Amino acid sequence: MTVRGLRKDYAGAAAVDGIDLDVAPGEVFALLGPNGAGKTTTVEILEGFRDRNGGDVRVLGHDPAHPTRAWRSRIGIVLQTPRDQGEVTVEELVGSFATFYPDPRDPVEVLQTVGLGEKRGTRTRHLSGGQRRRLDVALGILGRPELLFLDEPTTGFDPEARRSFWNLVETLSAEGTTILLTTHYLDEAERLADRVAVIVRGRVVALDTPERLGGRDAADAVVRWVEGGSVRSTSTRTPTALVGELSARLGGEVSELQVLRPTLEDTYLRLIEEQR
Amino acid sequence: MTTTNGTSGCTARREQRPLPGLARPALSRVAMELRVFFREKDQVLFTFAYPVIMLAIFGSVFSQDIAPGLSFSQYFLAGMVATGIMLVSFQSLAITIAMERDDGTLKRLVGTPMPRAAYFLGKVGMVLVVGGVQVAVLLVVGATLFDVTLPGEVGPWVTFGWVALLGLAAGTLSGIAFSSVPRSGKSASAVVTPVVLVLQFASGIFFVYSELPEWMRSIAALFPLKWMAQGMRSVFLPESSAAREVTGSWQHGATALVLIAWTLGALVLCLRTFRWQRRDDA
Repeated sequence: MTVRGLRKDYAGAAAVDGIDLDVAPGEVFALLGPNGAGKTTTVEILEGFRDRNGGDVRVLGHDPAHPTRAWRSRIGIVLQTPRDQGEVTVEELVGSFATFYPDPRDPVEVLQTVGLGEKRGTRTRHLSGGQRRRLDVALGILGRPELLFLDEPTTGFDPEARRSFWNLVETLSAEGTTILLTTHYLDEAERLADRVAVIVRGRVVALDTPERLGGRDAADAVVRWVEGGSVRSTSTRTPTALVGELSARLGGEVSELQVLRPTLEDTYLRLIEEQR
Repeated sequence: MTTTNGTSGCTARREQRPLPGLARPALSRVAMELRVFFREKDQVLFTFAYPVIMLAIFGSVFSQDIAPGLSFSQYFLAGMVATGIMLVSFQSLAITIAMERDDGTLKRLVGTPMPRAAYFLGKVGMVLVVGGVQVAVLLVVGATLFDVTLPGEVGPWVTFGWVALLGLAAGTLSGIAFSSVPRSGKSASAVVTPVVLVLQFASGIFFVYSELPEWMRSIAALFPLKWMAQGMRSVFLPESSAAREVTGSWQHGATALVLIAWTLGALVLCLRTFRWQRRDDA
């Protein structure tokens, strides 16, 4: 997937203002950014749901402004539409959508994979929010997509459902599926993504691996410990040396020792703040 | 934990198999549409009971014959068959498609490799089945409870067939086209229902058409319902009643032309204006 100079205007104002992205086959790529930053607009242009005002876009070698059935059969989309098709059962819905694809997965297997095996006969409007989301995922992966779009997939999940969803994404990624993820959860991006782009006001302000984003790896670490009943902390570029020194000085175990690096969340919030 | 390289074999892309043809997705959509229709119990009840209840009310209120040997029920049945066809095609599609556009059903479908025609064929299949059941119920109830005579020869049933099919075609395509008019799924019913109701009054469903004011008749003559009702009268009323039509004849040629014109006009409108996403989402 390549994106060059992508632009989208709404009522004269640029919602997406010159975005460049490259996503390699097999990669898990996360788009982060505050609400209204242009993430969903960008993703919907890539999914072939919206047209654009400028820029060159290729998704699986095809311009998404002109979606074809063959192209659609190679991508999977997990939409944020929680209310549609309420009166059909989970299995009926997945079974019907399976007839649209050239080489669909087995509907029953897909439902097992997303953890809805027990809910096959349930009408979709009776599903909980998390179950409904997993059904969206089932429909997204049904056609064995080469590229899967996940737009805020775990919003509203409980922690357990989120963990099992992450495992599912990792399985899909291990099978070779390229994944474009948008999320508000930094731990989710850190766990799943090979690379992360931060979008603010329609522009990419940082793009790197989660470990290196915004110079995170080069930032000073904070070493914190308790000595003589009080908390001490030092900011240092060489935390290992400092810990060795402390250990020697305090005779072995250092009380309540912590080495803290800026979390992805700290880095993200700093990047957003810098753009204000 | 050890890592295996068992995943690398899966990364090789399979060969692209051919896309499925139109038949399976379309049949699957028909099945879905019928399931959804018959599971909305209130909708099922309203669709099938409305013409029957109207027949009961009007048949009881207007108990005098409108002509020697011709009961109002007999006249009204023809109008109700036409109305029923318009309800299952135009009204139900204009409302449900507006709702499906609003709740994301259409967006979800168009994001898949489903042939777009499959969606519309699903609607057509649903309209044919539901329309068939509804007309059958109406005819059986009319014949058994309201002493309506059904034609005993083949000729009128041939007329019935083409008027019903052309009416369904015009109503289906107009309904698909009109679904873009309501601004939201919630308002769809409020926007569509009055249109249908006004047409029923103006097209001589509730009153004898030739007794309506001329200005009202000339407006109604622009729309399909008036012609469907007239076509159905030619099926269910005796041949002698043709003399009481405004022009003194059943006007089969004009009926066919108007219904075909609406079908083609609505088709062009659908092709040019149909949207798979909400206005605020495209």
